[in-house]
Amino acid sequence: MVATNRIEVKKTYKLFINGAFPRSESGRVFEVLSKKGEFIANPCLASRKDLRDSVTAARAAQHGWAKATAYNRGQILYRIAEMLEGRAEQCAAEISATTAITPLKAQSMVSEAIDRWVWYAGWSDKLSAVTGATNPVAGPYYNFTIPEPLGVVVVTASDSFIDFIDAIAAAVVSGNSVIALVDGGLSVPAMTFAEVLATSDLPAGVINILTGSLDELAPWAASHMDVDGFDISAISKKKRTELKVAGAENLKRIYSADGKLTPSRILAFMEQKTVWHTIGV
Amino acid sequence: MSFYGLIDGSEKSLRNFLDQLSGVDQVGAESRAAMLATRSIKTTSKRWAIDTAISMVDLTTLEGADTPGKVKALCNKAVRPDPTDSTVPSVGAICVYNDMVSIARTHLDSIGGEKVPVAAVSTAFPSGRASMDVKIRDTQDAIDAGAAEIDMVIDRGAFLSGNLGLVFDEIVKIREVCGEKAHLKVIFETGELVTYDNVRKASYLAMLAGADFIKTSTGKVAPAATPPVVLVMLEAVRDFYSLTGRRIGVKPAGGIRTTKDAIKQLVLVNETAGPEWLTPELFRIGASALLNDLLMQRMKMDDGYYASPNYVTID
Repeated sequence: MVATNRIEVKKTYKLFINGAFPRSESGRVFEVLSKKGEFIANPCLASRKDLRDSVTAARAAQHGWAKATAYNRGQILYRIAEMLEGRAEQCAAEISATTAITPLKAQSMVSEAIDRWVWYAGWSDKLSAVTGATNPVAGPYYNFTIPEPLGVVVVTASDSFIDFIDAIAAAVVSGNSVIALVDGGLSVPAMTFAEVLATSDLPAGVINILTGSLDELAPWAASHMDVDGFDISAISKKKRTELKVAGAENLKRIYSADGKLTPSRILAFMEQKTVWHTIGV
Repeated sequence: MSFYGLIDGSEKSLRNFLDQLSGVDQVGAESRAAMLATRSIKTTSKRWAIDTAISMVDLTTLEGADTPGKVKALCNKAVRPDPTDSTVPSVGAICVYNDMVSIARTHLDSIGGEKVPVAAVSTAFPSGRASMDVKIRDTQDAIDAGAAEIDMVIDRGAFLSGNLGLVFDEIVKIREVCGEKAHLKVIFETGELVTYDNVRKASYLAMLAGADFIKTSTGKVAPAATPPVVLVMLEAVRDFYSLTGRRIGVKPAGGIRTTKDAIKQLVLVNETAGPEWLTPELFRIGASALLNDLLMQRMKMDDGYYASPNYVTID
């Protein structure tokens, strides 16, 4: 090991928007402390304008991401799992430093999160086979039902790294672009995950991560007319009604997960499109 | 032509005039433009700025793929940018290629857009590489079709090789063709002029030759309407006003895509040329995508939540 008397080189925590790491437009940060009250990091406290910029980036990226073959999306998502594997120790250390979770438990949590990510990645080229259909119709037509991504989806995560991974993976695998809102100590491993994304061939803007306050950002996400889906799993129950009302303006799909690992979470942010096609002679 | 009594119209007197202009302090211009870009415009001022910017937009389509249908759709948008909100002002003008002028004029007249002028890009836009005869006929053609504004390009090749007399004479001749019927905007293509000194020289050259407006770019070359370039041009029209008593307009075009960019331009105008220039008669913004962003910002101010491009027209 190197001598311990060197000057510490600490990480500046930033946001992850459009494949880049900008500071918050507002210039604000917040403190993350350990359970014992020791200083850990100063992540950015994202503002509504950072959210707006992320939505613009996500919208621009969505078409290309959805148009990529399901196979290609699956490959890229698997690549993210590979990269995360290499950062697993760091993630686990950050989780245990910012929560009451023991280092050993944190390690198994990260492994579980990676496994879940791989599980979701596998769904990319199976979704249309499993949930699509060729429908029997009374006429000289083919009638297909094909699941398609919604568009731009905002997801929320508050405490658990696994929930954070679940929420992003479930939305992104089908071809949606995602903005993840993260608050509290989870911001620290979340930004490590952003560094994983930045080195995984994921097109810029497909996943964006904002750290800050869910209470501040969620109403803006709920009312944003260019957001198509909103995963409110990390929002407390009493605040959900208000967000659902705001989201009704553009018929936003608003969903909260029940914690189970199920493909229905992927389908929550997909639409079933039905196509009629004449049968040729 | 008297050329404001500043020159006698010969190349020698023009050269003498342009040579006595001081050079542009590049660092100073850039830092001043950057400093003005940090101004924060909020609430009612922002609301005013958005509406003013909308009324200054020269809504432009200059594509090889332009169709009569697209031009008509653009005319509809020019008159009533937001069909759901009649308080949104009409834009400053429609800017199209020559062959689309009569289509745009006829359509505007048929939908109550008589007050929206049609601007045509003439003189072998965007390169300007044609003989003088062709350029004159090009311009005449646009005016005959109903263009009230002519956006001409200068011969950058001649300007850069020092043939200032040729550039000057071209503008003078096109000015004569325009006569009383059309406003003349002179496009420099500042991205090809390379230096701010050249931009300043070209500005004076065009103003002396009779331009009503000086315009940064065609929109086909990057960089286009960068803030320092617009600053230099605004200084030129300000100083030209104190020399001659005539206010010349400025039109940045190209690269202004967001409300933020547009408001930065308005701040530049206010702080450089002065509030007298904050009118569509003296300041225009050549743009196509910008209008949608202005409308979306306007919706955001009205509704209190962020708008979506799904709710504004594409063209």
